[in-house]
Amino acid sequence: MASAPTTPAAKLAAGTGDFFDTRIGAGKLVKEFARKVFPDHWSFMLGEIALYSFIVLLLTGTFLAVFFVPSMTEVHYPEDALPVTMRGVEMSEAFASTLHLSFHVRGGLLMRQIHHWAALLFMASIVTHMMRIFFTGAFRKPRELNWVVGFTLMILGLLAGFTGYSLPDDVLSGNGLRIADGVAKGIPIIGSYVSFLLFGGEFPGTVIIPRLFTAHILLVPGLILALVAVHLILVVVHKHTQYPGPGRTNRNVVGYPLFPVYMAKAGGFFFVVFGVLAIMGATLSINSIWNYGPYDPSPVSAGAQPDWYMLFLEGALRLMPGQTEFVTWGGYTVSLNILVPGVVVPGILFTSLAVYPFLEQWASGDKREHHLLDRPRNVPTRTGVGVAILTAFIILALAGSNDIIATHFHLSINEITWVFRVLFLVGPFIAFMVTKRMCLALQRRDRELVLHGYETGRVVRFASGEYIEVHQPLTDAERWVLVQHEPARPLEIGSAENERGVARPGYKKLQRRQKVSNFFFADRVEPVTPAELAHAHDSHGASAVEGADDHASLARPERESLEAGSGAQH
Amino acid sequence: MSSTTGKDLTTGEHGTAGSLVNDPLAVGESAEAFENPGLPEHRHRLSDASPAGAKKVERQVALIFGLSMLASIVGVWGYFAFPMDATLGNVRYSTLSIGLGLGLGMLGIGVAAIHWAKALMSDVEQVDERHAQRSDDQTRTDAVQLLKDGAQDSQIGRRPLLKGALVGAVALAPLAFVVPLVGNLGGTWNVNAMRHTMWRQGTRLARDPDGALIRPEQVTIGSVWHVIPDGLNESEHMLEEKAKAIVLLVRLDPSELKVQPGREDWSWQGIVAYSKVCTHVGCPVALYEQQTHHLLCPCHQSTFDITDGAKVVFGPAKRALPQLPITVDDEGYLVAQSDFHEAVGPSTWERQRPIRGEDY
Repeated sequence: MASAPTTPAAKLAAGTGDFFDTRIGAGKLVKEFARKVFPDHWSFMLGEIALYSFIVLLLTGTFLAVFFVPSMTEVHYPEDALPVTMRGVEMSEAFASTLHLSFHVRGGLLMRQIHHWAALLFMASIVTHMMRIFFTGAFRKPRELNWVVGFTLMILGLLAGFTGYSLPDDVLSGNGLRIADGVAKGIPIIGSYVSFLLFGGEFPGTVIIPRLFTAHILLVPGLILALVAVHLILVVVHKHTQYPGPGRTNRNVVGYPLFPVYMAKAGGFFFVVFGVLAIMGATLSINSIWNYGPYDPSPVSAGAQPDWYMLFLEGALRLMPGQTEFVTWGGYTVSLNILVPGVVVPGILFTSLAVYPFLEQWASGDKREHHLLDRPRNVPTRTGVGVAILTAFIILALAGSNDIIATHFHLSINEITWVFRVLFLVGPFIAFMVTKRMCLALQRRDRELVLHGYETGRVVRFASGEYIEVHQPLTDAERWVLVQHEPARPLEIGSAENERGVARPGYKKLQRRQKVSNFFFADRVEPVTPAELAHAHDSHGASAVEGADDHASLARPERESLEAGSGAQH
Repeated sequence: MSSTTGKDLTTGEHGTAGSLVNDPLAVGESAEAFENPGLPEHRHRLSDASPAGAKKVERQVALIFGLSMLASIVGVWGYFAFPMDATLGNVRYSTLSIGLGLGLGMLGIGVAAIHWAKALMSDVEQVDERHAQRSDDQTRTDAVQLLKDGAQDSQIGRRPLLKGALVGAVALAPLAFVVPLVGNLGGTWNVNAMRHTMWRQGTRLARDPDGALIRPEQVTIGSVWHVIPDGLNESEHMLEEKAKAIVLLVRLDPSELKVQPGREDWSWQGIVAYSKVCTHVGCPVALYEQQTHHLLCPCHQSTFDITDGAKVVFGPAKRALPQLPITVDDEGYLVAQSDFHEAVGPSTWERQRPIRGEDY
């Protein structure tokens, strides 16, 4: 130690430090982590919101678990308890205890509402965080595994939401469970048994609430907690990605140290998230189950909606025409009207998300590490695919609200359903094409800026009588952002025969791979090179931007020579 | 460029170890590209330059922390101020005071800390080096050797009998855990139970939920009755039976009713009874449109035409709602002639198959 501590506080700190260092080597940990650098960007907070709302969920959930009784035993609500409308009504203990903790436990209603809002925010931040990762290419090597971990967390979040939402045993969530039961029964061969497995017998039975409770407070959050730890450890192992900019390279990370800056900013942000959620819980009522009443298989409310993250499944169920159910030879019923929306559609949606990083790497053949984020416009196909998936998700979510749309806008529900059926099939393709074209156009705009600079509006007349508008060139830093990315080009696979004229084995497979690669990278606008910029400065013509079109941009595969190395320079 | 991959696809050979291949961090460093201009010069904030500015920030941060403390005190006060046994008003005030106290208390800490970080803590960016994830060649060789040595030690390669025995034991052992778990989950596993309801010949129709019996003259044209079997409320498995047995009763003008072949005597003077459980995924089909005689499921909008055998006219359901054959007994009450003639509710794989040992 450089100098002996003098004040009592400093002595205490030194003593504590020594205690931990001699037992767990705390000094090495502090040295490793205290000044760890994290880059700064608002979009990096989305994942933080998910983490913090999860902590709020654990805290408020513990409060609720103290007062909630996960039992389906039928009781009569006391005659002297609030709310008045529920007095003497027959209900399960789960419902009665939810009422009791809302109306007779101080802060109970508040905690329920914070918990529900936090669950909605948890899923919303997970999905937006995932969008950020996707559109900036943060899932690329070496982070593919962490993408899969995050994807699994998203699925677990859905499960946590669904199991928790059903616990109060009210009419609304009970009908949600009944839909789950109906979907389970539609599974071929084992459907009826799956239904019995879930409900311990016939629907609704008396065990589903306790079972959901165990899943909701133990199994699912336990898994989430474990995977969150893995998720964060991998962030430390990989170091955070950063947006491109002057001084930021693939070999460094530029930002502020963990201690004290991020301790204060990220730590402070936890309190902001908690604070906002608490204020929402205090002022915005949510899931007022006493308006719905306890579960009874007979009543149902019109205009019922699940929480937003389940809407896409609900929408898929609503869109699928019933004619697709049929009876096979031998009298077995195949319910495609349930299988397709309940299993196939979410299966495709989720599988394509989970495998996307691996697919893109296969198509690009790029095995390097990527720590600099992409600007979404610079990867038009990926951005298009992402927007297409989002479009499908949003159309399904809207279809899950078709009755609300019908009643609010005085439209025919049948026509709305038909519009959504068509939109679901064509919307993603249109979204893909429009997005991709917009990205290409934005890239051309970037090229133009780099080559010609900003328009200043200052028009100058030469002695010869010629007028020109003065363009102000970009600074080095401004230009760097627009030209720093590497153009991603389709794979080159060479000829079908090797130099000895013998057919190369596995060439068919290569051709298939090249097709996929062309889909991803054939249409492109390449960034300006120093040579092009020098040329533009010399000629001062408009031809430089257009010239790019001839050579690098939008090079169709057939126009591009497939010999090695030819793509680099024209 | 493909030249950066480990395997050269243009010739099918494994790529020669060029510098790009060996350096996984070499992105954006092509000789033909622009050069990174480097970090811009740092510009200091006002509070960095003037002690007065910094002092002002200090006071702001302290003030926000102070407000947070006040709010937290309000939150605790709210707990004591509003007992939760009197009125709905107290529920509201309690929720508001505790919630706003807690929320503003937390928010204050967050805002103050972030303001502190942004205005007082150093905003000079620092640079850390990255290193490739891959271990160096020596480490990899050592690791592989360690694994080989371990495997060698265990002799698993040389003794296939042990390998087989290990796999067999590990595969079987979990069964003694999984079989009891899964076996118990489904209760009796009597899935055929879902194909019967408690309707029998002579079971009286009763009003849902109070159980009042129904006479045909009470059922006026255009009205819709939510019906349960008489005795349901006293039955042992009330909710499970109710989930299957609920029925909708409607009286139509007999001229509008298209009688289905084979069901000529299933209705009573225009009164028809249909299962209320949707044939899609089982929601109660509870919305009746008087003008069109359509039944609408509020969950997924399957629409059934009650004048025409409750066949599907729109939506994701395929099958018509099962009809309950009804008549009137000696005392003038509506009764069922029998159970439904098919399974109610969502389609299952085996719903059309006969049940073994049962004349269904």
